[in-house]
Amino acid sequence: MTDVTAASPAAARPKGGSLYERGERTRRRHAAERRFRALGLAAVTFGILALFGLLGSILYNGTSSFWQTYVTLDIYLDPAKLDKSGNRDPEELQKLTTFSYAPLISAAMAAKMEETGIEIEGLNAKAAGEIISKEAPATLRNAVLADPSMIGKTVTFELLANGRIDGYYKDRVTMASAELDRNVSPQQLMLADALKEAGALSTRFNLAFFTAPDASDTRPEAAGLGVAILGSAYMMLIVLALSLPIGVAASIYLEEFAPQNWLTDIIEVNISNLAAVPSIVFGILGLAVFINYVGLPQSAPIVGGLVLTLMTLPTIIIATRAALKAVPPSIREAALGVGASKMQTIFHHVLPLAAPGILTGTIIGLAQALGETAPLLLIGMVAFVREFPDAPPGGLFDPAAALPVQVYNWTQRGDPAFVERASGAIIVLLVFLIVMNGIAILLRRRFERRW
Amino acid sequence: MTKILLTASAAAIAVAMSAGSAAARDQIQIAGSSTVLPYAAIVAEAFGENFEYPTPVVESGGSGAGRKKLCEGVGENTIDIANSSSRIKQSDIDLCASNGVTEIQEVRIGYDGIVFASDINGESFAFTPADWHAALAAKVVKDGELVDNPNKTWADVNPDLPAQNILAFIPGTKHGTREVFDEKVILDGCEENGTMEALMAANGGDEDAAEDACTTLRTDGVSVDIDGDYTETLARIDANKNGIGVFGLSFYQNNTDKLQVATMNNVVPSVESIASGEYPVSRPLYFYVKNAHLDVIPGMQQYVEFFVSDEIAGPDGPLAAYGLVSDPELAKTQEMVANRTPMGPLN
Repeated sequence: MTDVTAASPAAARPKGGSLYERGERTRRRHAAERRFRALGLAAVTFGILALFGLLGSILYNGTSSFWQTYVTLDIYLDPAKLDKSGNRDPEELQKLTTFSYAPLISAAMAAKMEETGIEIEGLNAKAAGEIISKEAPATLRNAVLADPSMIGKTVTFELLANGRIDGYYKDRVTMASAELDRNVSPQQLMLADALKEAGALSTRFNLAFFTAPDASDTRPEAAGLGVAILGSAYMMLIVLALSLPIGVAASIYLEEFAPQNWLTDIIEVNISNLAAVPSIVFGILGLAVFINYVGLPQSAPIVGGLVLTLMTLPTIIIATRAALKAVPPSIREAALGVGASKMQTIFHHVLPLAAPGILTGTIIGLAQALGETAPLLLIGMVAFVREFPDAPPGGLFDPAAALPVQVYNWTQRGDPAFVERASGAIIVLLVFLIVMNGIAILLRRRFERRW
Repeated sequence: MTKILLTASAAAIAVAMSAGSAAARDQIQIAGSSTVLPYAAIVAEAFGENFEYPTPVVESGGSGAGRKKLCEGVGENTIDIANSSSRIKQSDIDLCASNGVTEIQEVRIGYDGIVFASDINGESFAFTPADWHAALAAKVVKDGELVDNPNKTWADVNPDLPAQNILAFIPGTKHGTREVFDEKVILDGCEENGTMEALMAANGGDEDAAEDACTTLRTDGVSVDIDGDYTETLARIDANKNGIGVFGLSFYQNNTDKLQVATMNNVVPSVESIASGEYPVSRPLYFYVKNAHLDVIPGMQQYVEFFVSDEIAGPDGPLAAYGLVSDPELAKTQEMVANRTPMGPLN
């Protein structure tokens, strides 16, 4: 090659020119590098913008669900309406439905307006009473059933305001939109403002959002995540209790004991394949095996937990095997060298060293299972469930919802107030996921050893 | 740690194994139509509040899926009640019979209106079924001949309508609402504007083929199938102000600040105009009760009676307030439910 260049007198100077000047090729190379960097930066920026856009819209829509508007009313529990016979017989009180309690609230509202001197033109007593949630009669009824001696007294209750009134204080409903809205009138909003001035209406932290069960479409203000959080917790318990031991046992056997032959190769390939199977397939399997064949109940966390266990197992097995592989052979050889048995070697030395990796994999698998909706569709967990499941183990067989399912349910509801609730539920789910992933990172940082 | 893990897993496996003999179910299980779901949820909630029994579990998933689940058999791991926005089919009844579900009650809870609504700040519309057919059908009659639909704006369809580009968000084929839309709007419109006759002639007098051709919609992006729910349709209209969407009456009533409703044959849809039959696009809603479970699941008979009671399903009840058109023959249904009269063969 040198001969060729030497043969040409014009090529006596190096082809690239002086090192102090940038030649054409160098410029092109540098330009390419700059373009690549710019592209990379653009990709990262795009990702961050998309994330912020998503989080921003969820936070914008959802944070208001953590506040709720309440109205304080002094309600006269009229014995003429609640207990006609006057004997406070619990059985008779039980028969009285919430429909009989609703007029008491309208009456109390009228009394409140008179007491505070609120007068609003064009607002009748019925419409005034409607600014209180439809949940309120049930609140009253439960209070009376719990303590029948209340009848005949005037008791102060803090009742939920109707979803539209609540929306007014969250800027979802305005005077202009109320004009067009058949579920709320500007007069009702004026009444709410007047009550606020009189100190009878206030917005405060919405603890019930975390503890109350779901509510029907007519009372979005009462809907909460209680049953869903409990259902998700039950399922995670089952997933943890089943998939961690099974996954770890399978990995240890495959990694440490199993002979290397075509059978283990097939198993290995299948585990990797299982990790990529769409989750809905596990739902179909769950319906066919756990409900139709074994006869487990529908909508129950036990079935959801079992299905999610199947889904999480490959993730945990793969993570555990990687963690076991990362333990250097010198540890095993040293243990075997001082006379430990294979099992002692694994349980006393290898497994503790691999534990951080195993736990990280488990937590990531759990987080994945927590956010999963598709398999639950088929086993009847996408449902309206208001009843809290009992304590485990019996409660595992009671119907329950799950967090992602609740989000899905709420986005389908007609009342616009459920948009806020759904976004709020997403925030709760995200917080759970961030905490779980945070723990995983913490474990890895603190305990992981590098060789 | 391993010991704890092993014990925990053993316990969990034991629990899973004993599952077959789980305690008797005490909650009513309901599944089916997403149109009936809000009504069923309202009733379930009120039932749970007012009775000693737990609140029933209401699943959605579609009318057909619900009926199929109902017909899976008798036993505690099958559902008790199927909500349905269309009538049960003979194939469902046959499936039921082959699985031992012989006695089913058919309970009509009321009527549901289907309305056409557009963005609140846009033009207002007064439709006839013929307009809808002319706007959306694949083939229309133009100057006496069958041609591919050339209409671009609503004014092309009917000079009285605004000159706004045609864009319709209609329910996808998996929805029961689509069936009603096809039958009561497109097919009626097809007959009204004379396309039916032309199609009959083209198909050599075969009525079924002509009807199929009537309800074949154009595929040039003017008619958009929405496979999701009404919230998706609303979001589409929000993004595209020219769009006109198909909604349930109750959904529209909850969003009157965002949507304006179009009239059909000059009738404004409302609970009253649907009850009187003036507004043409409506359908009955049902639920189907597995009689074999009535004495097994606690509170099931009470739930069914409570659902059709005057204070719930009557004209002043919470269901009517939410947009259900109350059934004028409710008293008959109440009697039927009290006697547990199973439904006869389909007529």
